[in-house]
Amino acid sequence: MARIDLVDLAHSYSGNDAAPESFALKPVTMTWRQGGAYALLGPSGCGKTTLLNLISGIVAPSRGKILFDGKDITALSTQKRNIAQVFQFPVIYDTMTVGENLAFPLKNRRVPKAEIDKRVAEIARLLDLAPYLNRKATRLTADAKQKISLGRGLVRSDVAAILFDEPLTVIDPELKWQLRSKLKALHRELDLTMIYVTHDQTEALTFADTVVVMHDGRVVQSGTPAELFEKPAHTFVGYFIGSPGMNIVPAVVKGREAQIDGHVIALQRSYDAMPAGSKIEIGVRPEFVDVVAPAPGLLSARIERIDDLGRIRFARVRVGDARFAAKVPPGFTSSDGQAALKFDPSHVHVYADSRLVEGAA
Amino acid sequence: MEKTINQKAWFLVLPVFLLVAFSAVLPLMTVVNYSMQDTFGNNQFFWNGVGWFKELLDPSTDLGSRFFASLWRNLFFSAAILAIEVPLGIVIALSMPRQGWQVAACLVILALPLLIPWNVVGTIWQIFGRPDIGLLGYALNSLGINYNYVSNDFDAWATVIVMDVWHWTSLVALLCYAGLKSIPEAYYQAAQIDGASRWAVFAAIQLPKMNRVLLIAVLLRFMDSFMIYTEPFVVTGGGPGNSTTFISIELVKIALGQFDLGKAAAMSLVYNLIILIVCWVFYTVMTNAGVERPMKEKKP
Repeated sequence: MARIDLVDLAHSYSGNDAAPESFALKPVTMTWRQGGAYALLGPSGCGKTTLLNLISGIVAPSRGKILFDGKDITALSTQKRNIAQVFQFPVIYDTMTVGENLAFPLKNRRVPKAEIDKRVAEIARLLDLAPYLNRKATRLTADAKQKISLGRGLVRSDVAAILFDEPLTVIDPELKWQLRSKLKALHRELDLTMIYVTHDQTEALTFADTVVVMHDGRVVQSGTPAELFEKPAHTFVGYFIGSPGMNIVPAVVKGREAQIDGHVIALQRSYDAMPAGSKIEIGVRPEFVDVVAPAPGLLSARIERIDDLGRIRFARVRVGDARFAAKVPPGFTSSDGQAALKFDPSHVHVYADSRLVEGAA
Repeated sequence: MEKTINQKAWFLVLPVFLLVAFSAVLPLMTVVNYSMQDTFGNNQFFWNGVGWFKELLDPSTDLGSRFFASLWRNLFFSAAILAIEVPLGIVIALSMPRQGWQVAACLVILALPLLIPWNVVGTIWQIFGRPDIGLLGYALNSLGINYNYVSNDFDAWATVIVMDVWHWTSLVALLCYAGLKSIPEAYYQAAQIDGASRWAVFAAIQLPKMNRVLLIAVLLRFMDSFMIYTEPFVVTGGGPGNSTTFISIELVKIALGQFDLGKAAAMSLVYNLIILIVCWVFYTVMTNAGVERPMKEKKP
């Protein structure tokens, strides 16, 4: 049970003297609340596994500190930290039964036998592993093996946080969903901090109450799934989360207006003091752009194709040199491919050098 | 449609057929033939039925006693070198570096003894152990240890065993190293998180993962040591007395020394059969050890 604070934490695999830009994890300061369900989301190589391994102590940081409940544990070994970790590929001890696997961490810590049996039975019940306790663990399926890995973390009563490193990679799709629900249920039941690394946005958004999006060794945004969707703090978040991703196009922004390709789009807030010399873009999710029949005053576009996702249709359109994805309202048809775009002003965001600019009301 | 019948394909397998016939089947059948007959030279043979086999398996006869004596020596030798080489090979593999230039250096050094021909190994140790001019023999005797492999049974055995350990432990170590290298890093990390001690890591992860390569190592070393001939022949010549006379040495003595082709043939057939049986047992154990049966039942 602990709050985890990262203070200026950074890591480079080629040593502390490496160029700051080459760091696998650039300096990050953040707090993980006790009992929170977090997801670390980002593409491969963005530093999310590095961050996880720093917290568990498998990797020692080049810089910065890690605090558990305010106590500096940066120098402590993995064994001494109260952390459990579930890896991408199930790790089980081949020669042992399921029960022995679960008892292993307690045995290593010289917990009395009676106490071990009690904990193992309890965790096996929680994870639905009770019928298999006396079986050889090698003979089980991948999802059962992952449950055992998780169980080895849960049996320890002192565990402060459980870290998951893409734990569903080797699980069948139908079981993935089951196992994820199981994790959520466990989280509710056990009041544990869980940190879940994944590159799959669905996994992250369904599992976590706070999603931390990483890109190129940096934390670019941390927020609830709704915040990430409605107000991406960085163009990368807009593009990475959502399917299709956010429309991000260069624009000229002045006051309450943005100009794309000579056309004016209304903005809800006022942007008077845009930073000079930076790249200005506007971002709007396809869900908040409607394709309508051409009309004066609207941005005209040419439809390239329409993707039918079943529940909703998205049109891929061209405006000058820029490409947009936009929602196709039910009943809309266009014979000649000519259309116009109608924006929802409250969901049009302005970015300067990829970062969100908050306008004035 | 009628298929054309063409038997010409048989000609394509003929070369292999002939090769195997002349290299394996015919010699083996010749041995079987000899084992049923007795000869007094001059290419005169007399039918003897299973007489030689009866004599061979009866320890009260001269042939039987020699066979069993050398068989026990052979089994003891194999057990001794396995008991040393397997643990030693594991220890060496565990203490080898995991990365960097040291890996290549270690591998080359370990591989060196494996590249030396048997009779050269024998010659090296024969000279190395001599009390008058050999470094080892001279040094031991200078230290006050009376060491002489030519006259002392124990010294002869020690020399032959140490020589085999020197020659072949590398093989076990290299196989174990390969087994160790194949363990994913996550296993060690998980063990760290589970608070496992060095010993627990070895017992729970490393040893089980080396299982298969160890079985192969034991099989190879058993076969090789059970068939050993050249090295003890070069070093001790089977002596002092008969104390290091292994089956293969005995076999050559009977076949070429006494020219008792019938006895030698019977003995080599039994020898062959023992090796075949051991191979089969190992093969069965190995194939069963590797099978992982996934759970059949439906999830609850």
